[in-house]
Amino acid sequence: MTEPGPRLPPRLAEIVEDFASVEGKDKLALLLELSDELPDLPEGMEQADMEQVAECQTPLFLTVDVSNLSSVRLFFQAPPEAPTTRGFASILANGLDGESRETVLAVPEDFYSALGLADAVSPLRLRGLSAMLARVKKQLRAA
Amino acid sequence: MPVDADPNQDFSAYAHPDRLVSTAWLAEHLGDDGLVVVESDEDVLLYDSGHVPGSVKVDWHTELNDAVTRDYVDGAGFAALMSSKGISRDTTIVVYGDKSNWWAAYALWVFTLFGHEDVRLLDGGRTAWQAEGRELTRDVTPVTPSDYPVVERDDSAIRAYKDEVQDRIGKVPLIDVRSPAEYTGERTHMPDYPEEGALRGGHIPTAASVPWARAAAEDGRFKGRDELAAIYHGEAGLVPEEDVIAYCRIGERSSHTWFVLTHLLGHRSVKNYDGSWTEWGNAVRVPIATGTEPGTL
Repeated sequence: MTEPGPRLPPRLAEIVEDFASVEGKDKLALLLELSDELPDLPEGMEQADMEQVAECQTPLFLTVDVSNLSSVRLFFQAPPEAPTTRGFASILANGLDGESRETVLAVPEDFYSALGLADAVSPLRLRGLSAMLARVKKQLRAA
Repeated sequence: MPVDADPNQDFSAYAHPDRLVSTAWLAEHLGDDGLVVVESDEDVLLYDSGHVPGSVKVDWHTELNDAVTRDYVDGAGFAALMSSKGISRDTTIVVYGDKSNWWAAYALWVFTLFGHEDVRLLDGGRTAWQAEGRELTRDVTPVTPSDYPVVERDDSAIRAYKDEVQDRIGKVPLIDVRSPAEYTGERTHMPDYPEEGALRGGHIPTAASVPWARAAAEDGRFKGRDELAAIYHGEAGLVPEEDVIAYCRIGERSSHTWFVLTHLLGHRSVKNYDGSWTEWGNAVRVPIATGTEPGTL
């Protein structure tokens, strides 16, 4: 049931498998680990240059570098007091950074349901993650 | 045995000063017998990212709400939850959290539905604790499950349902604690929270607008009693001896105001309409007022 679809790129598929293989508190621990690993913005990039994702309960900023469409770069910024939002951003950053425009656009909108986080995090909170992916795709479509 | 109250003079003017503790008091009393510190946040991972040493987490989404019905857990569910947190019926609970204690106040209100007697708020919440450079840890708090009795929830005194609110429009003062743009109907949700919107914008006719944050000082702690009285009694015209019903979007910000009116200003009967705008703004054929005026029925 939690088998990722064929179109998930390998690193994202691995993250989905990691989540699917643990339960309850361990899912939260995994999300916190990812939250801790969200990379800082590269030197010279400012929050002002990024798009705010209003669907997240706490401020999240993202931008997609589309200068090379066969390897797009994803950048996210969220404050430490929003670890869940950071964790979601980290799933996308770890899973999709460096993939091609087509590969990212092909990620199913509902891929997050396979993470099995609805019980641990609540369905409402999970919507922030789908909103983030939607914004990433929107920037890619415009590229 | 309950833990002694915080003798802090800053709290002495409030109606129930024993409902608040300061960060300094909490730091001194960590580890006291009979005291359990509870963190309750909007962000489900914030506790795990670092919490007050020895505290436990209570999450509103996954633990206080029933998983199926839009309601709170029942008596057995609450007893199981309290037991799993090491809380007994006579435990002194101190709650703190993010967002100026919204969720902490919400948890405190839910604990009150079950008649847990000694439950207090940390003035200023997580932000104040952190701003003072006090310790936060990721250490897992060891919990010895307690024996908490099954006590059925009593909603009658401090919780209002939609029908009651509708019946009492024009008879009981209503207080809308959302942001001004949500009150007028310009927005159906808080800025940054569109996913919890409603089909209609505006407010319940006759409701006075007093955004919850007006109760907080700049550092996130509660304002003094005189300042609070000037806002809620002077401006909004509430009277401590009369009934009042507060609401917001899902009942969390109005729990904060419920705490202010009940425990800081000593109102006799305050109810929180937790269905709030996500229920009212989606309900069929209920009256709604838009714009800055309270409106009439």
